[in-house]
Amino acid sequence: MITWLWLIPTLPLVSATVVILFGSRLPRRAVTALGVGSIGLSALVTVLIAVRFVTAPPAGQAYTQILGTWLSVGGFQPQIGFYLDALSLLMLLVVTCVGFLIHIYAAEFMFEDESYSRYFAYMNLFVASMIVLLLGNNLLPLLLGWEGVGVCSYLLIGFWYRDPANGRAARKAFIVTRVGDCAMMVALFLLFTQLGTLQIQDLMQRASVQWASGSTYALVATLLLLLGAAGKSAQIPLQVWLPDAMAGPTPTSALIHAATMVTAGVYLIARTHVLFTLAPAAQSAVAVVGAATLLLAGFSALTQHDIKRILAYSTVSQIGYMFLALGVGAWQAAMFHFFTHAFFKALLFLGAGVIINAVDDEHSIFRMGGLRKELPVAFWTFLAGGCALAGLPFITAGFFSKDLIIWEAWSAPGGHPTLWIAGMVGAGLTSLYTFRLIFRVFFGPLGTPVTKRPGYAMKVPLVILAVLAVAAGYLKEPLLTFLHSSLPTTIEARVGGLTETGSEMIAGLLFLAGLYLAYLFHLKKRNLSNALVANRIGGALDEWWFAGWGFDWLYDKAFVQPYVWLANVNRSDFVDAIYTGIARVADASYRVLSRTETGRVRWYATAMAAGSVLFIAIVLVWY
Amino acid sequence: MDVTFYIAGAIAVISTVLMLTRLNVVHALLYLIVSLLAVSVDFFVLGAPFVAALEAIVYAGAIMVLFLFVIMMLNIGRHAAETEREWLTPGIWKGPVLLAVILILEVVYLARGASAGLGTGAIGPKEVGIALFGPYIIGVELASMLLLAGLVGAYHLGIRKTEKPEIRHVTDTDEGRADTGGDLVLAGTDRSARTT
Amino acid sequence: MFSLGLTGLLVRRNLIFVLMSLEVMLNTAGLAFVVGGSRWHQPDGQVMFVFILAMAAAEVAVGLALVVQIYHRFKSLDVDAISEMRG
Repeated sequence: MITWLWLIPTLPLVSATVVILFGSRLPRRAVTALGVGSIGLSALVTVLIAVRFVTAPPAGQAYTQILGTWLSVGGFQPQIGFYLDALSLLMLLVVTCVGFLIHIYAAEFMFEDESYSRYFAYMNLFVASMIVLLLGNNLLPLLLGWEGVGVCSYLLIGFWYRDPANGRAARKAFIVTRVGDCAMMVALFLLFTQLGTLQIQDLMQRASVQWASGSTYALVATLLLLLGAAGKSAQIPLQVWLPDAMAGPTPTSALIHAATMVTAGVYLIARTHVLFTLAPAAQSAVAVVGAATLLLAGFSALTQHDIKRILAYSTVSQIGYMFLALGVGAWQAAMFHFFTHAFFKALLFLGAGVIINAVDDEHSIFRMGGLRKELPVAFWTFLAGGCALAGLPFITAGFFSKDLIIWEAWSAPGGHPTLWIAGMVGAGLTSLYTFRLIFRVFFGPLGTPVTKRPGYAMKVPLVILAVLAVAAGYLKEPLLTFLHSSLPTTIEARVGGLTETGSEMIAGLLFLAGLYLAYLFHLKKRNLSNALVANRIGGALDEWWFAGWGFDWLYDKAFVQPYVWLANVNRSDFVDAIYTGIARVADASYRVLSRTETGRVRWYATAMAAGSVLFIAIVLVWY
Repeated sequence: MDVTFYIAGAIAVISTVLMLTRLNVVHALLYLIVSLLAVSVDFFVLGAPFVAALEAIVYAGAIMVLFLFVIMMLNIGRHAAETEREWLTPGIWKGPVLLAVILILEVVYLARGASAGLGTGAIGPKEVGIALFGPYIIGVELASMLLLAGLVGAYHLGIRKTEKPEIRHVTDTDEGRADTGGDLVLAGTDRSARTT
Repeated sequence: MFSLGLTGLLVRRNLIFVLMSLEVMLNTAGLAFVVGGSRWHQPDGQVMFVFILAMAAAEVAVGLALVVQIYHRFKSLDVDAISEMRG
């Protein structure tokens, strides 16, 4: 059973190929069957394998399946192999199952679109790449999957390519993640030249033997890996692409930019955790990046108007939590948060898609309202997801995972009170902006009227995800023990001053505070929020946070403008100028020389005489 | 004997200078002949009677006469002197004189330290002939081929395609010629008899 | 004398004068040869002069034929007028 591992990425890949080649000629139903069915089959195989893995785990808690050697150059023989352990199995389950639900949703969402088959081709290709990324036993298939998801992200963001703004957003996403990819490739080179292998498990072993804790190589490699992960996962300093990536269709946003691709960075760091433990400075950097990002994104989410951008910034913020967990050494807490986040974030995005569809493509929450009665299914599921996100105590999954992280920020060996405070503030912010969104969209007077209602294909995944968003929290203990086989458990280092329950209480209070503030500003006395924005300081802050703390402006001034200026300066292409310069020199000398060809005999004779006189003089002088 | 050499040399140089500065071509040619004869005297003094004779006969005699023939045939005319005057501006001498002076200096520099002894004893024609038919026989043959080529070339280049009939001269001069009997073509006609 | 010939070659515009200066130059070259031969008591100098003479004769013949042709073609003996191979 477990040998069917290779089927999991192959099925979507085959489906993608078929749809690319023949999709435009097949009827819609066939494309749907292929696109959704392949993911469904992958999910089924994953579940079966998971069951087998849990009940009868293979030796060493891990299973490797080698498909072949990719290339053989010198001493470098990377293989295409799959490595299944608890970590990759968990992520695989999430990717395939949530992906399956999203594909069902997309079948109805994209039904009227003319490029229906293209969409499913890209989505399947994406899932295939993501699975290869997760399963790779070697950093090279991981890189392959990494690049693949980057390309698919570009293709899917710019899916409606006829609008140039979408193309720009897609390019921005690709270029920014490329910066991260380059850093990651340099890290790979470094690892290979120093440790001689890219096989992940061997890598970990050799590193722990060869590199002392705090060695420079480990530091540099992990910092570069961090940069790569930050690119893919939209953390500081490479977080600028994710809000703009909302230009893509909503199922894409749900799948790629909420549940799966953006967590690839988290997966990378978790996989190479041995390296990070060898470089404590880098690990602290991870935590700092995570904390800073979650705050920055939280504040930005507070000011956004577009429903999808709010959710995008929320994603950035939640992944910040995951990075924070990784940084303090709470590996399993990070993965648990990923697990729950995938459910409720996908749910929120799908719900947002339903809403946008219903109100005739209106994105701004200030123009929506009162949709509670109009779209009941959407409302209740969205509420479930929102509470999970904000961390409604004891009921929702988000509460369990987020609070675990916040607690670990205090108590783990890499933890620090400042990080704990950051996590708490972030939790409050999360609650605030989530309920701001909910109150604006679903409560209050009716804004834009509803023109379309969702069908079953859109409602059923919502409901399933809502159930998962609530129930997944109760899987905390089994999950953590399950992950124990591949990720180290965190020891509680700092005791005293605060207990876990205490931390949870504070978080619960912050949840309620956020809820109340949102209720106050966005339902009861809406003019208060207007006043806040109209106020000078408030207005300035609002603008600054709206623009993502000015990162876009900064990158534009620092990188884009100089590059464009340079390209303009080089318009006449200085390299080309060298070659045309040669031609021009030849031409000029031709012109000069042709003037000596007068046709007059005496002139020639003079020249000859002068030449010979000169020559004789030279000979005389030298000898 | 040295004195003769220097005098002849001086005459040669002077007459060459004069040749260069004449306006009339024929005058210049005559000066050139004088120069060549002076050089011939120089050869005699140097003990090379054969070459001296050759110079006088061939160079001054044949080649210069050839020049004269061509000049006369071209029938240059009166206005040539004026043209020459306007061509020979003083400024035109600058560059070439400079080059010539440098050249002279170089040659003098090269020739310094050479002993100035005029050759004692003449080398007569007999020795030259032996040399010519001995080691230099190939040169002789080549020279003959050269002369042949020159002959053929000159002949070929001298051909003119005559589009108009040979009558270049105006009729009254023809009559004049016919009168004096110089024109073989029209002599014997009674044309002149008519006019009188 | 050679320099004089060279100067004359470069200065005069009449074609005949050019040829005459050329003759002067050849003559002086021959003179140098004879002087050399006389100095070292060898007939070789005179032999060389004979060759030079032959060559000069051939050259004059051909040259003057060319002069005649040029005169008929260009109607003038100006050296500068015969500069069609220009550019």
